[in-house]
Amino acid sequence: MLRFLLQRLLTAIPTLLVIATLAFVLLHLAPGGPFDSDKVLVPQIQHAIESRYHLDEPLWRQYLRYLGELARGDFGPSFQYRNTSVNELIAQGLPVDAAIGSAALLLALLLGGATGLVAATRPGSWRDQLPMGLAVLGISIPVFVTAPLLILVFAMRLHWLPSGDWVAGSWRHLLLPALALALPYTAYIARIVRAAAIEALGQPYIRTARAKGLPTHVIVLRHALRPTLMPLVSFLGPALAGVLTGSIVVEQVFGLPGIGRLFVTGALNRDYTVVTGVTVLYGALIIGFNLLVDLCYAWLDPRVRART
Amino acid sequence: MADSPAPLLQLRSLGVSYGRGIEELRAVDTLDLDLAGRECLGVVGESGSGKTQLLLALLGLNGPAARLSGSIRYRGMELVGASSAQLASIRGRRIALVSQDPMSALNPYLRIATQLTEGARRHLQLGRRAALARAAELLALVQIDAPSERLRCYPHELSGGMRQRVTIAMALMCDPEILLLDEPTTALDVTVQAHVLELLRAVRARTGVATLMVTHDLGALASMANRVAVMYGGRLVELASAQQLYTAPRHPYTAGLLRSLPRLDQPLPARLPVIGGQPPDLADLPKGCAFSPRCPLVHARCASSPQLRAFPDGHLLACHYEGTPSQVAGAWT
Repeated sequence: MLRFLLQRLLTAIPTLLVIATLAFVLLHLAPGGPFDSDKVLVPQIQHAIESRYHLDEPLWRQYLRYLGELARGDFGPSFQYRNTSVNELIAQGLPVDAAIGSAALLLALLLGGATGLVAATRPGSWRDQLPMGLAVLGISIPVFVTAPLLILVFAMRLHWLPSGDWVAGSWRHLLLPALALALPYTAYIARIVRAAAIEALGQPYIRTARAKGLPTHVIVLRHALRPTLMPLVSFLGPALAGVLTGSIVVEQVFGLPGIGRLFVTGALNRDYTVVTGVTVLYGALIIGFNLLVDLCYAWLDPRVRART
Repeated sequence: MADSPAPLLQLRSLGVSYGRGIEELRAVDTLDLDLAGRECLGVVGESGSGKTQLLLALLGLNGPAARLSGSIRYRGMELVGASSAQLASIRGRRIALVSQDPMSALNPYLRIATQLTEGARRHLQLGRRAALARAAELLALVQIDAPSERLRCYPHELSGGMRQRVTIAMALMCDPEILLLDEPTTALDVTVQAHVLELLRAVRARTGVATLMVTHDLGALASMANRVAVMYGGRLVELASAQQLYTAPRHPYTAGLLRSLPRLDQPLPARLPVIGGQPPDLADLPKGCAFSPRCPLVHARCASSPQLRAFPDGHLLACHYEGTPSQVAGAWT
């Protein structure tokens, strides 16, 4: 197991290198630069700014410098936010996305998981068709529709919850964005769990369990849950990486200071270090969570454990 | 069928069907069968003859798409249409099932100990320790070495033969009165088959559990069954004591099956004899006798369904042919 872990961590390094390189090359290929503007700057000032951020150096020198800083875990200084490093920007934004994202995924897991399991015990009945119909809606209605709707109902009409803004540690500010983010995930999870549970419940060993006279809840929870979790786990790994790096739409609608917004404005402003920083972070999270997914497989399935 | 005063299990015009109207498919059709205490009744048939559906019907496990009709009485208790609570109190406790394929019948995610003990803990209210002790005892009974170590194993760590022993031990955990065996040796290597059959005989001798064994392997049944029922197209076509059925079969289908068994006491023919044609399609059964398209003794009267008739010795037969067993056997040569 330890060998397996080390092996995976070692293969992560070249993968990250490729991600970092692609992000760097693509950004520098894009026309324009961080300090281009409609106003024509005095050449001396232009030059001073460029030399401060090493933009006057040849590209390969910039690339090597960038890789060297990355190796030390330093994403470099932001071009737009003066005197702020990208690390600081991420450290400010990450907790917001982590709080909303984990709340959303937790909600989606509970709601989607339960719905999927119930639907799978009676496929074809109204308990299956009604929630699965809703799930299609949940997947197909974009967040930029549901989020304003939630604000309209719960903030504007009912005045139960604030319509946006971020106060660290306040669950009332967390609830609406988490809900908006959770809806599509709930729908996906319900469908994944339903399909996986129907397959699991069709296995011959479930018939064995029924033939033992076990009640349905024991059969579902003890015998069918683990095989049902397998595809869910593979969905959750990348999903977690996704919510941690922020949903642009949710952050924009609710006015949250998350990473997603940072990333988009960074890309528009050619804030090279912010974009490469968030990209590499996202890549690292994907790799990390996929490793976690594999560990979960081993934990869930003794046959996988035997192989690693 | 009057051999025992109060059979343990009494099936009367049992039907298992899927779909409705012209789409209806009768997997088991008006089946009458008794199982007496301590006896072993074998049920033989090709795939699609309804034998597995019959076993599942006894436990109410045919699934939501199936419709059961007729009657299954276990000690006078009606199982067709019984509540799920009633069925749950019978399943595993009074009537236990050993499934066909030990590779898939055990849950790969759970330890042997969990799978062995869960039924007994529920039905017999055994504590964890008592249930584990009982499990180890039964693993020893099915001749598994180092039972307490095996209990900690997962199914993938055991060989096929060992897994089938585990499923047999699992079925015996609650000391059931009836053991249902669904092709218990089909998925196993030939050498392992012999071991498992021997083991089943030993278990029966020791526990006296009444057994209903379903198989397509007449050879496997020969050493096990007291009586043998032959099913074709969802119906009972012949039922007799094992002795009679193997030596003097009266149904052309049974005779054909027996003829196609390779025999160790005779030189092997260049080609094993076979019954020509295909097993019947339940969705499109021939009119009258379902076996008539493949039967060497087919006659105009076979267009009507033969009724089950009894011979003085208790032999039951559903065939219009009036000849002797040797004439039936002769029809195949």
